[in-house]
Amino acid sequence: MSAARAAYRERGGTWRRPFALRVVDRLKRPDWVLYGCAAALTLTGLLLIWSATRPGLIQQGGDPSWFLRRQGIAAGIGVALMVLIARSDLRILRAYVPMLYVVALLGLAVVLSPLGSTVNGSKSWIVLGGGVQFQPSEFAKLALVLGVAVPLGELRDGERRPGVGALLLALVLAALPALLILAEPDLGTALVFVAMTAGMVLVSGVRKVWLGALAAAGVGVAALAWFLGLIRPYQLQRLLVLADPDADPLGAGYNAAQAKIAIGSGGFSGQGLFRGGQTAGEFVPEQHSDFIFTVAGEELGFVGAGAILVVMLALLWRGLRIAARSVTPYGTVIAAGTVCWLAFQTFVNVGMTLGIMPIIGVPLPFLSYGGSATISGLVAVGLLQAVHRQVGRGMP
Amino acid sequence: MNRRGAPRARLAVLHVVVVALLLTLLGRLWQVQIMSGAAYEEAAVETRVRQIALPALRGQILDREGRPLVANRSLPVVSVDHMALRDQPDGGRAVLTRLAGVLGQSYADLAAKTRLCTREVPRPCWPGSPYEPIPVTADVDVRTAFQIMERAREFPGVSTGLQPIRSYPYGTAAAQVLGYLQPAPREEAAPKDATGVTMVGRAGLEAVYERDLAGTPGRRLVAVDSAGRVGRQLRQTDPVPGNDLVTSIDADVQQLAEQALGRATRRAGDGGAAVVMEARTGRVVALAGAPTYDPNVWTGGITTAEYERLFGAEGGRPLLARAVAGEWAPGSTWKVVSASAAINAGYSTTAWYDCPGSYRVGARDFRNYRGLDLGPMDIRKALVVSCDTIFYRFAEELWRRDGGLSPVARPADVMQRTARAFGFGEPTGIDLPGEAAGRVPGRAWKKARAEGAATEAERREAATWWPGDAANFSIGQGDVLVTPVQLARAYAAIANGGTLFSPRVAQRVQRDGEVVREIEPQVVGRLPVSAQVLAYIRSALADVTRVGTAEEAFKGFPRAKLAVAGKTGTAEVAGRRDTSWFASFAPAASPEYVVVVMVSQGGKGGDVAAPVAREIWAGMYGLEDPR
Repeated sequence: MSAARAAYRERGGTWRRPFALRVVDRLKRPDWVLYGCAAALTLTGLLLIWSATRPGLIQQGGDPSWFLRRQGIAAGIGVALMVLIARSDLRILRAYVPMLYVVALLGLAVVLSPLGSTVNGSKSWIVLGGGVQFQPSEFAKLALVLGVAVPLGELRDGERRPGVGALLLALVLAALPALLILAEPDLGTALVFVAMTAGMVLVSGVRKVWLGALAAAGVGVAALAWFLGLIRPYQLQRLLVLADPDADPLGAGYNAAQAKIAIGSGGFSGQGLFRGGQTAGEFVPEQHSDFIFTVAGEELGFVGAGAILVVMLALLWRGLRIAARSVTPYGTVIAAGTVCWLAFQTFVNVGMTLGIMPIIGVPLPFLSYGGSATISGLVAVGLLQAVHRQVGRGMP
Repeated sequence: MNRRGAPRARLAVLHVVVVALLLTLLGRLWQVQIMSGAAYEEAAVETRVRQIALPALRGQILDREGRPLVANRSLPVVSVDHMALRDQPDGGRAVLTRLAGVLGQSYADLAAKTRLCTREVPRPCWPGSPYEPIPVTADVDVRTAFQIMERAREFPGVSTGLQPIRSYPYGTAAAQVLGYLQPAPREEAAPKDATGVTMVGRAGLEAVYERDLAGTPGRRLVAVDSAGRVGRQLRQTDPVPGNDLVTSIDADVQQLAEQALGRATRRAGDGGAAVVMEARTGRVVALAGAPTYDPNVWTGGITTAEYERLFGAEGGRPLLARAVAGEWAPGSTWKVVSASAAINAGYSTTAWYDCPGSYRVGARDFRNYRGLDLGPMDIRKALVVSCDTIFYRFAEELWRRDGGLSPVARPADVMQRTARAFGFGEPTGIDLPGEAAGRVPGRAWKKARAEGAATEAERREAATWWPGDAANFSIGQGDVLVTPVQLARAYAAIANGGTLFSPRVAQRVQRDGEVVREIEPQVVGRLPVSAQVLAYIRSALADVTRVGTAEEAFKGFPRAKLAVAGKTGTAEVAGRRDTSWFASFAPAASPEYVVVVMVSQGGKGGDVAAPVAREIWAGMYGLEDPR
């Protein structure tokens, strides 16, 4: 609400801004660049998923647009939820956080119970029947952002930064879902949680001493996991393959090698959409989900794949801008957590297709096939918009 | 908002981290796509494009009248994909068991046919590429083929299709001459030819004229996906069919010779060979071997039992082309060589020599056949009645002339030289693989063989060319070995006035009836025998069937219509029954053909081999009904 209008009202006036100005006001509210980036990425994702799945479906005699339609429906639901969240008041959302958090934890627990289903070795799905299934860990990301932001972002009077108690509470709130996800096991998503929490703790302004202590503890836990043999053999294999991709070209290195071949064969301008031979031949496993970037690499070339990265960078940059401009620490922490989430997943996902990160199953935000991830990604954008919205409202 | 100073700095850190991460990805993307994009593009083509060889239709092998001895036909063939079987959870056991049931074969046979040949795996096994479909049976009836096609789900990796295969309109005729096809070993096929069966000739004419018959396979480049499913076709070059090979084989004579030989070897002996050759050209009209086999066993995969029969010693080695690859002592058929040598060395053709019951050579008595004393006779009669002692005498005297046990510096070795001039001791160069050289033993040969003896005394003993060796040599015994084809071309040379040929089975390569290339028997030498002496020998051989050792065999033969000249041979083999020979040519006055028959372990030449030759002659000239 503009200051001029508030002042006018205070003076008891009944002047209404002209219609045109009110339209401009309304249009100014959301961050249109952010929306634009998310929309561009989602639409590109739809095209790439279509290209990746069409030949295989035709081969099997199925409906060539089966994956496309499912992803389209998910994107539709995601956009609706995104707009809903974007238009809501952060303070009202805050009221639902405890409930959201508990529901997310319950969802993760149900996954581990006999009600959960195993896909690709991870027990991370709840199948509702009728072709509907979802991944609670994706929605847990939202709950984590909102939940952990509460102790870190709501400072008591006179406090300039979160205290030890708040920090510990935040860590406990983050650890509970992370451990449940680690039990699925889904190392990739657990690492996303770690990255989000780290980002949120960083921008919350806790003392450098505590940051240092946390970093040291993180290294310690990693070392412990290593020495206790908690790293599973296949995970180790993937790390080794990263160092020497030709070590096992048909086993653990197959995905990595085929992904690089697909991307590399795109060259500067790509083979053209729907014209990628590696894509049509289904050489890259999981290409429509975790390896969707290889389709972009082969068919759109450096121009297209690079553009995706640039748009992603613009989106993240917008998110950081919103974090910086947030009038409340709560909003800052939420925005930073969301940015860390999307940035980490982008880096790990694209990095693994390019052979600079081990094969860890995390989806590429907005582009990978997968209803839960698509919806949660778009809702994350809505969350950023909600933080952005409070800027204009002038929250106390 | 001063309290937000710390978070602002921290946010700046986050900005830097995010930008750094994304720039890292962009940089790496540049590296992969732009800097090494070409290499990856190549790798992509390699994983994506497969070459499929389109087999060229192989040329036919025709007889001299243009009748096909080997033709092509299409058969419903059931094939098994080794790779698909391997991908089954049980390694394809269940599929093969089901298939065995449908085809009426045993699982063990199917499993043996579809395993890959390696050094450790005994045959039968699949010598081709693992990516090629392995034919497990040919000649399945159409209903069975349909049954398998309809139940495709139960038979993953099993396919049915039409495959061009060799057919043999004359059945077993000339099986060993024609040879057979086998899939080219993996090493020979280019590694990129992952699919497509390449069959190559592995024996006989199929092997020798491989390049003429094979044609040029075409290539089809196709895009494949990760599961190996074939997508769109990229490029294709059509195959060029192979040329036809016209042989000088006469299918009728070939069958006639095989039947006569087969009957004889079933009665006596463990195998045999018959050669029919044009006396004036060196062209082969028939080349029979016994036992023989049905070349159709090669199509549709070969069972263990069939393989044992074909390659095992117990089956009588039916794949062996005995006429070319087998060596036997020639016995008295060799006396044409000894007689020529003796006459060249100065023994008169008109003089009379004694033919006693035995002749003493060195410390041993060398006996005539059955020890009969036949009285004095000339060389001509010695050939007709096959006197041995006269030739012992020639051999011993010639041996003495060369210095005996302390040979002169350059011994004449007339017998050996003559034998070599008749083309013995070296391959004839016939256009069939695996030819044996035979053996003309002499001083040098004994010396070479003696190397490696335990003691010096033994070595000296073994290295000496004893007078007994010379005597044995003169009647085609001892260490002399010949192939039936060698003997046939030597008799052809006698018959045609002295021209020694390198025989040929093929006479031309043709394409759609037009001659591509003529194949002529090469003249490789002339007998060192004068025309008069050759005529003398011919007239002697003409009497063999009339009043000589083959008189009994040719009793009642219409001599007025066809006078057959020939020579019997009965070669003793230690520990085995005699090798029976008959070498002949006709018409005696102006010879057209040579017929040589050999029956291993058959017995006397006049009793076993000569009647076979008589049947062949009678059949060729249409003289009498086969007995």
